[in-house]
Amino acid sequence: MANQLISEMGLPKSIANVFAARNIRTAKDALSLTEFDLMELVDMGLTEVTSVLVHISERVSPPHQTARSLLQQRIQNEQLAGHLPTGLKGLDEALFGGIPFGVITELVGPAGIGKTQFCLKLSLLASLPTRHGGLDAQVIYIDVESKFSSKRLIEIGAQSFPEIFHMSGMAQEMAGRILVLRPASLAEFTESLQQIKILLLERRVKLLVIDSMAALTSGELEHGASKINPLGWHISFLKSVAELSRIPIVVTNQVKSQSSDEAWRYNFQVGTRRQDLEDTSKYDSHLIAALGIHWAHAVTIRLILETISGERFIKVAKSPMSPALAFPFSITSSGISLLNDDGIEVVGQEISTIHCHGHSEIIHSDTLQFHRQ
Amino acid sequence: MEVGRLPISAALKGKLVSAGYTSLSLLSSLSPSHLARGAQTAWDMLHEEELLTRITTSSVDIDNILGGGISCRDVTEIGGVPGIGKTQLGIQLAVNVQLPIHCGGLGGKAIYIDTEGSFMVERVLQIAEACSNDMSATNTVSQDVHAGKVGMQPRDFLENILYFRVCSYTEQIALINYLDKFISEHRDVKIVIIDSITFHFRQDFDMALRTRLLGGMALKLMKLAKKFCLAVVLLNQVTTKYAEGSFQLTLALGDSWSHACTNRIILYWNGNERYAYIDKSPSLRSASAPYAVTAKGIRNSVSNCKRIKLM
Repeated sequence: MANQLISEMGLPKSIANVFAARNIRTAKDALSLTEFDLMELVDMGLTEVTSVLVHISERVSPPHQTARSLLQQRIQNEQLAGHLPTGLKGLDEALFGGIPFGVITELVGPAGIGKTQFCLKLSLLASLPTRHGGLDAQVIYIDVESKFSSKRLIEIGAQSFPEIFHMSGMAQEMAGRILVLRPASLAEFTESLQQIKILLLERRVKLLVIDSMAALTSGELEHGASKINPLGWHISFLKSVAELSRIPIVVTNQVKSQSSDEAWRYNFQVGTRRQDLEDTSKYDSHLIAALGIHWAHAVTIRLILETISGERFIKVAKSPMSPALAFPFSITSSGISLLNDDGIEVVGQEISTIHCHGHSEIIHSDTLQFHRQ
Repeated sequence: MEVGRLPISAALKGKLVSAGYTSLSLLSSLSPSHLARGAQTAWDMLHEEELLTRITTSSVDIDNILGGGISCRDVTEIGGVPGIGKTQLGIQLAVNVQLPIHCGGLGGKAIYIDTEGSFMVERVLQIAEACSNDMSATNTVSQDVHAGKVGMQPRDFLENILYFRVCSYTEQIALINYLDKFISEHRDVKIVIIDSITFHFRQDFDMALRTRLLGGMALKLMKLAKKFCLAVVLLNQVTTKYAEGSFQLTLALGDSWSHACTNRIILYWNGNERYAYIDKSPSLRSASAPYAVTAKGIRNSVSNCKRIKLM
């Protein structure tokens, strides 16, 4: 829309020519200038410039629809009313059906907590035929840290859906639908995104997993506050691609320690940090999600995976539709399973806090149990 | 001499030119009061303000610190950290504007401009259902029933929200330019919500260009609000700045933008509660009030220790 050519907008030829002569060829060029700049550049009067801008604006403006027709479209056209069920009953209920299409869902938590396990399960679910609750589609899995394990994927499949996976050739077919990419750098990732967009719009790929987003930038960012966010373009691109193709995009994120650089209050809030924040630091290191506040604004759903006193929890920390609920979970041979479908309500600042108390103990016991490559 | 060659700021030149004063000779014959053409007397304005109705936020505490609710003919900016409830408030206002005047609305339609894809239509349905239920619960014998009107159904609320999805800053500017014509053809629109105003302006922008574009947008939105007597609500994100020896949270888009909007409300966490704070208003005093985000939408906080803080 922004790159529409001025010459094709039905403006009088003389005006289009004058604009072209000043290198104003697309709608973006014209609308990036104020009326005054434009007047000076093309040497036209105010009324003329304003009417040209109004004409261009009308052409470039997106169309509208009522919220009612938006809802009807979703219900009629989309599989499973626009959600990918995770198979975790409590979580699916909290998310009104599952991981929503068209938006970015983020999984954030400390290392080893189960983010990749969750992603493997989701990839499998998306590849399953529709009669088994899947999307019957291909999946693109961007594996930045080489954590993808086909062996584990098949194990999850065989344990969760034995009736499918014991049929000959099915394991191969399901696994064959998951395309694993391993970009070596942010630049490579950026390049591959353009090709991914084409695949997504062709409608054969119905899930994109990026594991992990934080690892893509870990080599690139310098310490300290940098004004230019290296992922700025990628965030916009992913969001628009998710919407255009109406698929779910699942992204994993790492955690980092909260430094004294992190802001926590506005200038009108007086007082020092709450006393209990200091107390809990004896037990938890202060963790926050990596990738910054711009990223935090950009994701639509944020699921925090954390450990509290040695138990794992998956918490709906940001969601336009759900209250903040935390579900205890464990990692099993069939992927992830919830220990309780009712969920514990979380209030206040606890919603966005990431705990890792008792984390190292459970990681140690898990590696003894599961064969992870 | 052309206004363009005068040694004044580009923003000021823009304002003079858009008012029609393109050369010095046109300016020289004016008196200051004439230049402020279109001015009203303060007395007339007071009368107008008294007739102004406001749109309820569904939280009585927030409505109280706002003098009744979100006001029309004004641009109100609402900002806060992710997850605090900005989109929730935006959707609540899009539903509430449709309520009849005696219920806190304006009986009008809403334009919802979504720049981030945060508009989850299932949530809108949820909030509309709650609103519809609340209305039928309170309107037992009321003028609506006497007039033979049926209570508003959730699908009616959804029918009256006009949704635009904007994917780039070019589309955002184009749409804001186009709104004048669009609203002339849809006169029952009483609120324009932009969620968020920030998203497309945060990455890789030349700062001077961004300041000019944002300034232009703010002026156009103010004109829209005044011309059509509607409310304009802009949702903004948060960033950090270094001030007074530490990093602080502040609304995004910079210092010059912070001057552009008439009213500014910041949603923030205070302990375990969500609060709304009036950061900037020409007529309301700085105050903060607690609120809650529930399955029904924005509501009053039910905490026992809540208090309205007057700063």
